[in-house]
Amino acid sequence: MKHPYLAKLLFLLMFVSFGTVTGAWAQTTGSVSGRITDEKNEGVPGATVIIDGTTSGGSSNMDGTYSIQNVPAGPQTLVISYVGYNTVRRPVTVVAGANTEVSAGLTENATALSEAVVIGYGTQRKQDITGAVAQVDSKQFVQGQVTNPDQLIQGKIAGVSITTGGGAPGAPSTIRIRGNTSLNANNDPLYVIDGVPVDKGGINGASNPLSLINPADIETFTVLKDASATAIYGNRASGGVILITTKKGLQGEKLRVELNSQTGFSTAARRYESLSAGEFRQLMEANAAPSQLATLGTADTNWQNEIFRTGATYDNTVSLIGSIAKKVPFRVSYGNLYQEGIVITNKLKRNSGSISLSPTLFDEHLRIDVNAKGSVIDNRFVDYGQIATAAFFDPTQSVRSTEAQYARYGGYFQYLGAPDANGIRTPLGNAPGNPVAAINNTNDISTVKRLIGNVQLDYKVHGVEGLRANLNLGLDIARGRGSKDIAPGDFGNYNKDFPNDPGLNGAYNDYAQDKDMKLLEGYLAYGKQLGAAKVDVQGGYAYQNFKDQGPNFLTYRSDRTTLLNPSAVLTVPGFYNEYVLVSYFGRATLNVSDKYLMTATVRNDRTSRFRSGYNSGWFPALGLAWRIKGEDFLKNNNTISELKLRAGYGRTGQQDIGLAYDTQPRYAYGTSESQYLFGNAATGFITGPLGYNAVLSWENTNTLNAGLDLGFLDNRLTATIDVYERKATDLLQEVNVPAGSNLVNRLNANAGSLRNRGIELGLNYGVLRSADLNWDVNLNGAYNVNEITDLGQQDANFPGFLNGDIGGGTGNQIQIRSVGFPVDAFYVFQQVYGPDGRPVQGTYVDRNNNGSTTDDFYRYKQPAPLVTLGFSSNLTYKKLVFAFTLRSNLGNYVYNGNASDRANYALAQSSTLFLNNVAPDVRNTGFTRQQLFSDYFVQNASFLRCQNISLGYNVGKVMGASNLRITANVQNAFLITKYDGVEPEISSGIDRNFYPVARTYTLGIALGI
Amino acid sequence: MKNNLSRGLITLALGTALAGLATSCNKDLDTTPKYDPTPDKVYVSLAAYKSVMGKLYGGFALTSLGGADGGSDVLGIDGGTGNYLRQLWSAQELTTDEAVIAWNDPGVQDWHNLNWDANNPLLRGLYNRAYYEISICNEFIRESSDDKLASRLPAADVAEAKRYRAEARFLRAVSYMHVIDLFGGGPFVTEASVVGVDAPPYNTRQQLFSYVENELKALTTELAPSKANEYGRVDQTAAHGMLARLYVNAGVYTGTPQYANAATEAAAVISSSYSLVTASSPVSSAYGRNFLADNNLNPAANEIIWPVLFDATRTTTYGGTTFLVNGATNGASPGWQRYVGQTTGWGGMRATRALFDKFFLLGADTTVDRRGRFWKVGQTLEISDQTQFTQGLGVTKYRNINSDGSTIVGSRNFSSVDFPMLRLSDVMLIYAEAAARGAASRVDGLKYVNQIRRRAFGLDINTASSAADISDAQMTTDFILDERARELHWEAQRRTDLIRHGKFTEATYLWPWKGGVIGGRGVDAYRTLFPLPTSDITANPNLVQNTGYN
Repeated sequence: MKHPYLAKLLFLLMFVSFGTVTGAWAQTTGSVSGRITDEKNEGVPGATVIIDGTTSGGSSNMDGTYSIQNVPAGPQTLVISYVGYNTVRRPVTVVAGANTEVSAGLTENATALSEAVVIGYGTQRKQDITGAVAQVDSKQFVQGQVTNPDQLIQGKIAGVSITTGGGAPGAPSTIRIRGNTSLNANNDPLYVIDGVPVDKGGINGASNPLSLINPADIETFTVLKDASATAIYGNRASGGVILITTKKGLQGEKLRVELNSQTGFSTAARRYESLSAGEFRQLMEANAAPSQLATLGTADTNWQNEIFRTGATYDNTVSLIGSIAKKVPFRVSYGNLYQEGIVITNKLKRNSGSISLSPTLFDEHLRIDVNAKGSVIDNRFVDYGQIATAAFFDPTQSVRSTEAQYARYGGYFQYLGAPDANGIRTPLGNAPGNPVAAINNTNDISTVKRLIGNVQLDYKVHGVEGLRANLNLGLDIARGRGSKDIAPGDFGNYNKDFPNDPGLNGAYNDYAQDKDMKLLEGYLAYGKQLGAAKVDVQGGYAYQNFKDQGPNFLTYRSDRTTLLNPSAVLTVPGFYNEYVLVSYFGRATLNVSDKYLMTATVRNDRTSRFRSGYNSGWFPALGLAWRIKGEDFLKNNNTISELKLRAGYGRTGQQDIGLAYDTQPRYAYGTSESQYLFGNAATGFITGPLGYNAVLSWENTNTLNAGLDLGFLDNRLTATIDVYERKATDLLQEVNVPAGSNLVNRLNANAGSLRNRGIELGLNYGVLRSADLNWDVNLNGAYNVNEITDLGQQDANFPGFLNGDIGGGTGNQIQIRSVGFPVDAFYVFQQVYGPDGRPVQGTYVDRNNNGSTTDDFYRYKQPAPLVTLGFSSNLTYKKLVFAFTLRSNLGNYVYNGNASDRANYALAQSSTLFLNNVAPDVRNTGFTRQQLFSDYFVQNASFLRCQNISLGYNVGKVMGASNLRITANVQNAFLITKYDGVEPEISSGIDRNFYPVARTYTLGIALGI
Repeated sequence: MKNNLSRGLITLALGTALAGLATSCNKDLDTTPKYDPTPDKVYVSLAAYKSVMGKLYGGFALTSLGGADGGSDVLGIDGGTGNYLRQLWSAQELTTDEAVIAWNDPGVQDWHNLNWDANNPLLRGLYNRAYYEISICNEFIRESSDDKLASRLPAADVAEAKRYRAEARFLRAVSYMHVIDLFGGGPFVTEASVVGVDAPPYNTRQQLFSYVENELKALTTELAPSKANEYGRVDQTAAHGMLARLYVNAGVYTGTPQYANAATEAAAVISSSYSLVTASSPVSSAYGRNFLADNNLNPAANEIIWPVLFDATRTTTYGGTTFLVNGATNGASPGWQRYVGQTTGWGGMRATRALFDKFFLLGADTTVDRRGRFWKVGQTLEISDQTQFTQGLGVTKYRNINSDGSTIVGSRNFSSVDFPMLRLSDVMLIYAEAAARGAASRVDGLKYVNQIRRRAFGLDINTASSAADISDAQMTTDFILDERARELHWEAQRRTDLIRHGKFTEATYLWPWKGGVIGGRGVDAYRTLFPLPTSDITANPNLVQNTGYN
């Protein structure tokens, strides 16, 4: 079935525009003007002034003055509002043909309780919320070089852990709200951007779906943490929900132009540890064989210096905000980002644009929100493996050489074997390639486009007080295109059959992916006051269709016409996945005297991933709150300004595992490299059956949450405390199916359960309040304990499912999923230490006292932090602003894969024809061979990181009607940790081939005109 | 009024959208794949049936539908590592005097140390490979029922499709034979089983033996006559050969020896259309031509009764003979690489001196037996550390070059050598062993042994030779075991042979590093069987773990 809603949408838009131009006022009018000031009697720019009951109005200028023309004569009421201030109403009698002056002073809205908080399918007053919901707006965002939206709230919300995936531009962050809830299914939160639940996955060429949004366009992040808040999004809400709203124009606002420009430079904050040429030579002379020493060069090369650089970043956004004919508020923005990675050649360019229109028609009965955000990203990637290669490449070798044998390899030094029949020295088998050459020889580029758009119509039905109909039509379209072109002289793509023909060496391949999401949602909402009780009910329907498709490509040589594998043929033209979610949802809220609050929601979801009979999931939730502050005995208490107890229960669902058709019987065609040539035929393509689980169904997560909201001294100090338990049952996980029962040995099935328990605390405190000096601090902390409580059917000898690939051989895995332990606990041997405190090679604790230590693996620590802490401080003195954000994780452990692989002499001397650099830790251990499974390499990676320091100065008016602000920022200013590897904050817990996080210095100006 | 009209239309639009859509959307939940066909769309022609049969045969060679880099059919293990032939070979050779391995991949040292447990990932991979093969054969046989063939294919094609079905039964029987040999009993599933997640019943070693015996017997008539099938596909001779192998081990599998039956089946093979390679080539002895890149052509194709096919560009894997060639070659020795036709080497497997000594110490074979080809440059004979590749002699039996010396086109260092799963000389030695055990004609047995030995010495196989021939008195079971080591070393037979001759776990025959100690040691007798993997013991409560592994 097709939803022909685009046609309907156009139809509606025609009426909307028709309606917009019809109204005309014929009455006699006058004007109103004045100045809006704050408590310090300074002008408030951008405040909205509206004539009550009309659409007529304007906004204040830089100095706080405003003027409204064509105001109907007679008694009117001015409504003056500004974010963060209490709204003021002023009566005025407008005289026809004359100006009436009305000025007003605004007071800061310290309580912010009436502030609207975005929730699923609507908004609620903050004081009415019964669930665990946290909102961060643009004033509280992390400042400075923020190129991905998720970085805006890093360290700002208790229980929301955002782990950067490294320092590469556009690298995906791992976001976990209250820990991992699922094993093999998707643990990411659901992002709802301006009402559009977007695809969770990345696209080929851009792994982070959020990197396609310009952070400068974002107004608020709202995080729905517990199920009583998220269950209305049932089907994909198990990992929590993040609602993002973008900036919008205001009704009646005068045209404003805002310009933001930032220039920064980045360097690698931490590097891999390796020995210098001198140290390496000395160590090898003492340990290596003469034939190996003969391979040493004479250079002194720091290979990491050769691949790292200082990367420049330019980030500019210009936005126009205003109101067309004072009736159609709009915001248009254009952003341009150019970001160089700290590894040579690595870069990202993003051009982004956004448009929002939010007209209100028919006496504010119909509100229309039109949002469109588009971006084009151009990437050039680097292979992270080359960063590690740089750390172990022999430092006595030079980067380049003029010797004739290297000419074929672009003049780069490489390890070469004996001359072949053509007299060419071929790449030496098993030797590492020169990392500088490998990076420069590889042009791995992509262009990704994305458009997220929606039209939301919210209609207060005429004639039925309290009834509202809402229709939301959305699209999320992404196109990824890329190619990887490896130069003919590359070491790793040598063609022994045609070494002298550049076109027949190297490699080239294309890739492409198209993703399309279509959304249709509609709901009816009805609210009514019944005595002391306010009742709101709503019910709706949602349809979402996801398509993910693209062509397959073959790999060519550099001439792009000769196949890398001469007999390759494209047997399957492409890939295609389509899945559909159909949902019904409802919510009822009850508010008795602003004291007793209840929210009940239910959602029914059906997914095309599962078969009929297994595809329907029910997700109910109930939230209760007692707003004690509303009781008589506290009403007039001046110390306690807010006190609310909350409790909630809810269930959310998970179906996001595998591909779209995994529950259906189907076959797949083999590629040209997996033929079987009966009768010595030239071709023999094969077809094979695939495994499937027809009884796969929903994973359910049940959450219990209790919370306390506290406010003191007019809410100068507020605190929120939440405790929760989340239990996921019928876990979607890959399990061993009985051998012979299916067409594969492991299948995604519903088995087992997993529990997270935790406590969260958030504190906001206005430490200082005075005319010149203000100091605000935010402290948040969370403690989360994760445990697998069941893995399905168990045999006593079954240790669990191994996970977490490490190097140093084939098939080594360092983590395990076992009942009674946290997800992906490290599964290692317990190292024995000698009297000198050094680990004794190959000697482990015989934990089961059976005389052998080969079976003494034990489960040790976990990669996820037990405690996450965030601290933000914002100090303003007159026109100066000084802010910083600190983050800390405690109890997180990381397997130092770099050291376990390289801190031994065996790797250095793995060949008689070349040497590898070693990690300096070898001096502490003396290991002569790899000790991959020693717990020595599982290290405490607790850390304290200064996420950001910023210093700003409000210059104020410059050259007439403009406002100038200058800021200086340091991102990732310092890191305190005992961890030795390149980065302690790694979501997988395995430090291997990691792209180091950058330290970035930024200068920014913001200009308002 | 305009406004009323607009309002009316908007309300109408909203109402339509909300109410009208809900009804028709549930149909959308029936999404179907675009590129991965359902069974009805696959089995539409004889060629389509053949392409699925290619997957069944390919199950022994390939790791996935996507070539060497395309992942793994068997999950939980690296694709190349989990290759059927690679782990079957490892289980049969690395556990014995014929091979050690340098690597430290999880579990790989357990083979030679004879100290594996039920969580060994390689054993799990091998077990799952065997049952994967059984499952996909069951699926094919299910889709090839007489009814389905009649309804899907033209009448003229049905007979050939039934032959495909018989070949699928053969491949399934072979995988069950591997289960019998390696694991004893195991889960039992046939085409009558349903594809799902329910635990299959457990069958004992004896039950599986009887099943395989009956299947193979039936197939000695249902398959194509000897040499009447395409290269790479099995015929009646293959069924006889596998029956001979089953019967010669019957004493181990069931407690009741059936050497006479083994001899009968072997005789059927020896009298078939297959023959030994007798002509040498510029780069290889007659014997060695069985293990070159063009062994898919005659004369090697006349000796190999069932080859597992490989091709350097079209049948690619990091297991199979690519593993046997690259894994046994030094990555730092261009000369060695050139000799075996590659430009790489993974530095893994070598022989213990026990294998070397089979050629150079016993009897009169000192240097003329052309079957023993060892790489000695840079290698030591003795092994003081199994993980050092330079300790232990290299084995250059499998070489990725053609018999005229030309190399294989294809820059990716895959092998085109086909692996002999069943070879005529193996069956000749089975006959001789039956004779040595008094269950067949000693005259014929001696003739076969001496034919094999004359070829090994580069002589005419039908002309008596005092250098090569043994006497009737010399034809003991011990001699046959050693002769099998010389003729069939590195062909994935050794563990089974040692067990049958009572020399695998026993302290009466030791080799370097047997059981993980330098001089070798005997281990517990229960290690003649591998444990069922804990993963399947967990998943299937019907299973019975082998003695010693609980």
